[in-house]
Amino acid sequence: MRPLAPIGLFALLALPLPWLTGSGTVLNLATMVLMLATLGQAWNLLGGMAGQFSFGHAAFFGTGAYATAILQIRLGLDAWTGFATAVLAAVAMGALVGFASFRFRLRGSYFALVTLAFAEVARILANSLEITGAGVGLLLPLAPGLDRLQFTDKAGYYWFALVLCTAGLLIAARIRDTRLGARLAAVRENEEAARALGVDAFAVKMQAIVWSAGLAGAVGAFYTQLFLYLDPHIAFGPQVSVEALLGPIVGGTGSIWGPLLGAAVLQLLGEATRALTGGVTGANLVAYGIVLVLIVRFFPDGMIGLGRPRALDARGVSG
Amino acid sequence: MNRIATVSHPRSSPLSRRHLLAGTAGGVAALAAPALLRAQPAPVKIGLLHPVTGFLAFSGQQCREGALMAIEAINAAGGIRSLGGAKLEPVLGDAQSKPEVGAAEVEKMNEAGVAAIIGAFSSAISLATTQSAARYGIPHIVDVGVSDQIVQRGLANTFRFCPGYGLIAQIAIDNLVALNDAAGKPARTVAIVHEESLFGTGTAQLLQKELPARGFEVVEVAKHANPTRDFTNVVLKLKALAPDIVIPANYYNEYVLLARTMRQQGVRPKAIYSVLGGAASSFKFVKEFPDDAAYIMDCNHWYDPRKAEALELRRKVEARGLFYTYEVFLAHEAVRLLADALERAGSASRERIVEALATSRWDGHFMPYGPTRFVNGQNEGARPVNTQVLNGTIEVIFPAEFASARPVFPMPRA
Amino acid sequence: MLEPSILTASLVHGLANGAVYALVALGLSLVYGVLHIINFAHGALLMAALYGVYFLVERLGLDPYAAIPILVPAAGAAGYLLHRWVVAKASRGREEAVLLVTLGIALVLENLAVALFRSDTRTIETGWAFAMVAVGPALLPAAKLAAAAGALLAVALLWALVRATDLGRAIRAVAKDREAARLVGIDVEHVFALAFAIGTATLGAAACLLLPTYYVSPQVGHGFVLIAFTIVVLGGMGSFWGAFWGGLLIGVVESLGGLFLGESLGQIGIFAIFIATLLLRPTGLFGRAV
Repeated sequence: MRPLAPIGLFALLALPLPWLTGSGTVLNLATMVLMLATLGQAWNLLGGMAGQFSFGHAAFFGTGAYATAILQIRLGLDAWTGFATAVLAAVAMGALVGFASFRFRLRGSYFALVTLAFAEVARILANSLEITGAGVGLLLPLAPGLDRLQFTDKAGYYWFALVLCTAGLLIAARIRDTRLGARLAAVRENEEAARALGVDAFAVKMQAIVWSAGLAGAVGAFYTQLFLYLDPHIAFGPQVSVEALLGPIVGGTGSIWGPLLGAAVLQLLGEATRALTGGVTGANLVAYGIVLVLIVRFFPDGMIGLGRPRALDARGVSG
Repeated sequence: MNRIATVSHPRSSPLSRRHLLAGTAGGVAALAAPALLRAQPAPVKIGLLHPVTGFLAFSGQQCREGALMAIEAINAAGGIRSLGGAKLEPVLGDAQSKPEVGAAEVEKMNEAGVAAIIGAFSSAISLATTQSAARYGIPHIVDVGVSDQIVQRGLANTFRFCPGYGLIAQIAIDNLVALNDAAGKPARTVAIVHEESLFGTGTAQLLQKELPARGFEVVEVAKHANPTRDFTNVVLKLKALAPDIVIPANYYNEYVLLARTMRQQGVRPKAIYSVLGGAASSFKFVKEFPDDAAYIMDCNHWYDPRKAEALELRRKVEARGLFYTYEVFLAHEAVRLLADALERAGSASRERIVEALATSRWDGHFMPYGPTRFVNGQNEGARPVNTQVLNGTIEVIFPAEFASARPVFPMPRA
Repeated sequence: MLEPSILTASLVHGLANGAVYALVALGLSLVYGVLHIINFAHGALLMAALYGVYFLVERLGLDPYAAIPILVPAAGAAGYLLHRWVVAKASRGREEAVLLVTLGIALVLENLAVALFRSDTRTIETGWAFAMVAVGPALLPAAKLAAAAGALLAVALLWALVRATDLGRAIRAVAKDREAARLVGIDVEHVFALAFAIGTATLGAAACLLLPTYYVSPQVGHGFVLIAFTIVVLGGMGSFWGAFWGGLLIGVVESLGGLFLGESLGQIGIFAIFIATLLLRPTGLFGRAV
């Protein structure tokens, strides 16, 4: 079992940032990195560790985001209860998606696209149901307070995100270092062989998706607390699913630090391309896309994979 | 153009930082003046925050153009006089059609030292940007976002010049009733076709509630996705139900497809009466599809056609190869509203601008609003206008004070 | 209120739309079948092809259908180069890498369009936009009927290409077993790029058929990419006839879903049938066992 010291060190080092910088931009950027890193970590638990690529993490993110918003707005509950419920609701959603897909042995691209379909179904339902406010969406009243998990200061949100990110790292490290991690790796590398060795592939994949969905739901709830407004596109749109997988793949799948590294690289890249391309509309995203392709070209195992042996080459998302 | 602030401030509470920035914008001019010997006064930075990429890119770009043209005109006319002719300097931001990106841009604009922010076209993005700007006390003028929630959150920094959809739906219904009564009540049944997001759904809900009380029967409410690739189903249902009036509330692309499909299938109600119709009062639609656009009515943002500046701006916009859409003139006038506030505040301090906006009685604009009067951030005088496409151009049919044509209703059989 | 005539009309429209969806999906399916990659740039490439048609029509005064012989080879050549120079070089065949590369390409194309053409919606005016043809009780715009017929013709030609030419044989050999194909002397890299090129070329044809009844804007691809994925998987990844029947089925499901549930909620039909099919038949309608 590897020690958890690096994670503790990370949290400790990241803790004082709000005192060190007076810049709202820096703090906001750091908060976004932590938020996306956690969402990426959620994806990584399933996509990286278990090798089950999901294109539909928006389903879990959105479920968490809506759950807390609905509880606070419709039932008047406090944000803490909302947050806990959000995680549970996302877990339930994960269990549902996982059960349906793993029970019927969907793998590779089939699994990826079925998760996408679940997210789309969720988006369309959120667009039609009364409880989600349909297309009008849900707006939480602006009312700072610890019981409502709303902060007047940006630092509050930063620390909130830091807690989530650290929790994600701890979960990932814990899974990696226990038997579950080994079993997931076995399933990822060769599911038939793993089964032959007595691994209950269905059970371990279910565990992975439930952890993954719960963490993604927590990020969704965080998003709700930060921006206070949700609509079906924001919560369940395909761009959420893409953001969930982009970070870990750029950073390095399967590694617990990959999602954080990937999120940081992508956010900084976004800032840099904006700063450098100036006023031509869209030029920043053109540059971003080009650099993305170059990263793949020069860091085939993700940024974190430099110097790591290429063990996973034969693995396929096509099943 | 897109300046990224590189100045790092010592950590300070939002309040003291605000003072510091107010100092940089307003005070530095005074301090620097003797030293630099009649140097230009420090420019006043204005954040222009719009979704210029992503799925709202067209509208966002139109807003940006309108705002930039206003800044150019103000600078060319000598800048802000009460600040010694200080020029306005745009700080451009792209919300990428995402609320969280919009909020991040506010942070940058804050550090770039903007005196105020104008944006952000969409309601969802405006909810996020006004909230972030409030944290720093940055005055934020919402140029287009029509959701009434934007001005109902008690944010002291948030001002909306144009009407929200509540009022627009209300006036649309009043005018529809007036139109119908004047024609001898030929219309009784209504079908609503609306897009599925905030503005379409919100507008449709209001109409659906209100219309029956005013003697109309709502026979169909068809909600559709963005994009909808094919409107045949909707139109076939309309054909079967044969409503007297069809009310579309949707974005440009879907509006055009709907109107064309209706014509293809030979569906011709007594009126196509849009509320915030994406194309109904768009010169682009009228120019590209004059036959589809003929006789279509709309209750939407529109300028006062009696005002020379409005027509002058239209010429300028069209000379640049752009269409004179509501995004352009609303953002343009939002900048001029801000300039008026700056003029009266005599300072680029954020608090002073907020005060000046809150007490604004500006009547130099070309919208049919009368002098501005903000209550909880909403300009109480703001009104939509009814237009109709007649003889290949867009005419105002309501309000009567400045109508340029008499409404043609029911529309003639082709 | 649901008269049989509406139902039939809706069905006919669904089939006509479905034929074009099938053509769009076939390009994607072919790429998947040979390269085993999910091409996220498919929608953006369709968008680029639509701009191609738009400018050929607007600048050269060409008829959109007359643009087909220009645009199909042009799109194919662009696809070939894109694969050779970008996709293959950057991804080296690794699947998560391909995912990122095609996402990157989509981002670049879409925003290049924003930068170059602004985000205005563009449409072409044809003299026959309102020419209607009666198909049973349904009144179909002639352009839509032409699009459906053109799509069917393109599908047939594609089938002939895959079945009856040397290139087709090489493609099928690579799809089946790329290592064996390499051993018998097939230039696998070349075939990969050719498959990608054919996939892009079908988009060129689809764009010419689509534009007379639709529009182009930088974001227009989004509306097609999810549906194309759905069709490809529904039919069985890489299956030719799977994509074809899948396209028609999705066209009909979309149309009937819209009719019964409305054009917003009705979209759920597409995904519901997709999920149901995969759960009952995990390899898709026409797929072989994994």
